[in-house]
Amino acid sequence: MTARIGVVTFPGSLDDRDTQRAIRLAGAEPVALWHKDKDLKQVDAVVLPGGFSYGDYLRAGAISRFSPVMESVIEQAKSGMPVLGICNGFQILTEAHLLPGAMLGNNHLHFICRDQKLRVENADTAWTVDYDAGQEIHIPLKNMDGRYVADEHTLDELEAEGRVVFRYRDFNPNGSLRDIAGISNAAGNVVGLMPHPEHAVEPLVGSGRTDGLPFFTSILKKLVNA
Amino acid sequence: MSRTPLDTVEHAAETPDVELPWAELGLKKDEYEKVVEILGRRPTGAELAMYSVMWSEHCSYKSSKVHLRQFGEKAPQSDALLVGIGENAGVVDVGQGYAVTFKVESHNHPSYVEPYQGAATGVGGIVRDIIAMGARPVAVVDPLRFGAADHPDTKRVLPGVVAGIGGYGNCLGLPNIGGEVVFDACYQGNPLVNAGAIGVMRHEDIHLAKASGTGNKVILYGARTGGDGIGGASILASETFDDAKPSKRPAVQVGDPFQEKLLIECTLEAFKEKLVVGIQDLGAAGLSCATSELASNGSGGMRVTLDDVPLRDSTLSPEEILMSESQERMCAVVEPEKVDRFLAICDKWDVIATVIGEVTDGDRLEIFWHGGKIVDVDPRTVAHDGPVYERPYARPDWQDALQADDANKLARPGTSEELKAQVVQLVSSPNQASKSWITSQYDHFVQGNTVLAQPEDSGMIRIDETTGLGVAIATDGNGRFAKLDPYAGAQLALSEAYRNVATTGAKPLAVSDCLNFGSPEDPAVMWQFAEAVRGLADACQQLGTPVTGGNVSLYNQTGEVAIHPTPVVAVLGVIDDVARRTPVAFQEEGQLLYLLGDTREEFGGSAWSQVVHDHLGGLPPKVDLERERLLAEILISASRDGMIDSAHDLSDGGLIQAVVESALQGGKGARLVVPDGLDAFTLLFSESAGRAVVAVPRSEELRFNDMCGARGLPVTRIGVVDGDSIELQGEFTLTLAELREAHEATMPALLA
Repeated sequence: MTARIGVVTFPGSLDDRDTQRAIRLAGAEPVALWHKDKDLKQVDAVVLPGGFSYGDYLRAGAISRFSPVMESVIEQAKSGMPVLGICNGFQILTEAHLLPGAMLGNNHLHFICRDQKLRVENADTAWTVDYDAGQEIHIPLKNMDGRYVADEHTLDELEAEGRVVFRYRDFNPNGSLRDIAGISNAAGNVVGLMPHPEHAVEPLVGSGRTDGLPFFTSILKKLVNA
Repeated sequence: MSRTPLDTVEHAAETPDVELPWAELGLKKDEYEKVVEILGRRPTGAELAMYSVMWSEHCSYKSSKVHLRQFGEKAPQSDALLVGIGENAGVVDVGQGYAVTFKVESHNHPSYVEPYQGAATGVGGIVRDIIAMGARPVAVVDPLRFGAADHPDTKRVLPGVVAGIGGYGNCLGLPNIGGEVVFDACYQGNPLVNAGAIGVMRHEDIHLAKASGTGNKVILYGARTGGDGIGGASILASETFDDAKPSKRPAVQVGDPFQEKLLIECTLEAFKEKLVVGIQDLGAAGLSCATSELASNGSGGMRVTLDDVPLRDSTLSPEEILMSESQERMCAVVEPEKVDRFLAICDKWDVIATVIGEVTDGDRLEIFWHGGKIVDVDPRTVAHDGPVYERPYARPDWQDALQADDANKLARPGTSEELKAQVVQLVSSPNQASKSWITSQYDHFVQGNTVLAQPEDSGMIRIDETTGLGVAIATDGNGRFAKLDPYAGAQLALSEAYRNVATTGAKPLAVSDCLNFGSPEDPAVMWQFAEAVRGLADACQQLGTPVTGGNVSLYNQTGEVAIHPTPVVAVLGVIDDVARRTPVAFQEEGQLLYLLGDTREEFGGSAWSQVVHDHLGGLPPKVDLERERLLAEILISASRDGMIDSAHDLSDGGLIQAVVESALQGGKGARLVVPDGLDAFTLLFSESAGRAVVAVPRSEELRFNDMCGARGLPVTRIGVVDGDSIELQGEFTLTLAELREAHEATMPALLA
């Protein structure tokens, strides 16, 4: 038995096909979802992929958050369906208030593309059970608006509840507060991060590492064992 | 708003004496007279707009055409070429039913005026050429030239250009996998922003720009048409209208990568459902170009109702609509019964699509506005029968003196200390320093198929996940070499790109070029151009790599001072299994380093002569195309059979530059020895062509040497991968930490 994992294509999504490939390589079944369609096609989990939905012209993720498919995603996420937001997907999740905080422009004002070292801070979420807490991994990062910010109270709360899932190591590439690279909601089913695990799933392409594959095997394990 | 009577064809025939601003639109008197002769009457304003823009240097290649013919005449027999020069982009067979299209174009002038948008729309334009062939774009590359690195204006132009390329390409989801960044004072007022793109399709999906089938509909889709990039047409407009219009429109177009991303997806979906008979993108000369080219390449004529063109600015005149270079627009020819489906796909992607005309059974291109016929021409006369000039050319009188100023006579380092200092000076100089400050602003991961990206010798993309089939591309050009000898310089550009592709393990197949030169009205520049084209055509013939298309950019000069002649050559190669690719980085300590090829005292135009002596003179390195071919064959065989674990081509900066890059990327040092017959200085800094340095596992040493020996390629053992420094025995040691600091700190210090 396998799991059906939906990948939403918004206008301007770029890594949707890459994410589908990563899901396939992990052994799950990728299902294409369309932004204008509320129907989630009975998927078991959803990934919001990276890209520049609607060109990010207003504010990253600000328009996509109102697309028909998001009504269903928000509703299902609140009842426990696992949702992963990568880069633009993370931005959409904060705009949709499924995750706290917001994303601002990188502090150096440039787009940045690099293989980034991260530490897995929480290996208990739906998307990280195949990692070990404290494990250091390299995942490609590529964005313009990757600076995670939230008020001190929220940050303290995230830390206290173990909801900082990933932290940048060695080099903070965008000025994110407390080196935060990824967070989860309180229930742990919704996770968002700026780096792109789908670009680290094959030894031959992308970063040449497979440090991102456990995201997709984690969710498979979680769903199949559920 | 009041307006003068519409300048219809009828009106033009009745008013032969009306003066038209042909000179202001850039036409010469004899060119205008030829238009009158073709039409048998004076042109209407709209017709004049079309002829003037389509007969411009940029669109008609009127100064370069007589030389460019050699690319066809001397084209080598190649089974790989599916579509050659003349279409939106050439198409090459790469096997397994796949075809690859690629092309390089220039966006030089706009990028100086408005760096961000100029560069961004350069990417947009080349990508639309790729889509128009039926292919999914899979990667972009960008060869760039700027003025002196420490000149204040470079700090204005470069960051804008880089942000524009990144801003557009990143938003389109195209990995940026290669290109170059070169600084030279000769580009100060004329930076070169060339952009290349690659697309992949199945053979059966190749589409061409032609309008066939009477009754088929002409559909304009994408962005609305606005007043950007109009240039000269406003002159016409001001003659036609007598009221105030929106003024100060940008002469440089403004790009919207989001719109282009939608255009890509909806076009590919339409191709997939086989809805498209012919297709053309709207670039330079906008609708004038698209309609006249589609019609002249097809079997019939075309009728267009200009009133149906969706506008961003309702005050645009018909002449302006015809000339507008608004970005992100395409024109498709679709059978009537498939129009609804085509429009539905556009609607799915929120792309505006409008039927603006149809293919007719005549041979005329007719365009209507407010019910009146404002254009009635034979489209061939607009698109293909433009003027052709035999511009005078002559070898400049300074060429002899330049070549006599021999770089081999420059003072060389006298001590080991000096040699060491010059190594550091070289690898930290702007041209040789790490460009990661720039390339880290480009997404090279997106699409998940990037096998190699800059600073590798070539960019490599996997095109089939199952078989591992891949393509590689490298772009190279050395304006300093071309200045010393344009014929050899063009051949060296091809040699280097060819070598770079082979160094990564791919077989070179075909060429695209972007020829950047000064004013064709200067006989010296025209000679450089003629020599470079002749050199490139001869070399392509000898290496068996046909030119599939490209672009000419002239008038890259400020006042009397032209840029160095800069032919940029892109070579496309194929690799059967990307798992066999060879990277630049040293992989394992203990592996043996071999220098392939012959090293001579060749310093003319070298990086060393520029960095240490600020000198340009003498002759460029000797060209030996048969050697390049042999070297490529050895590199490809060695990669396929697992005999080498890393390889790096030797070009600007010579051997030391290559070794430093391989060491820094692999995080492993090297111990080098000067082989018999060479001195340390020549070994490190010579730029003799036809060379590479490879790292060979000890288990493969014998086999590799035997192969080189049997095929007659000189191979010299120069050291071993080892430690965390680069040591030249008896001369100096530099730690990787020192070298990294020298190599990587330069760009941030200049630009950040």
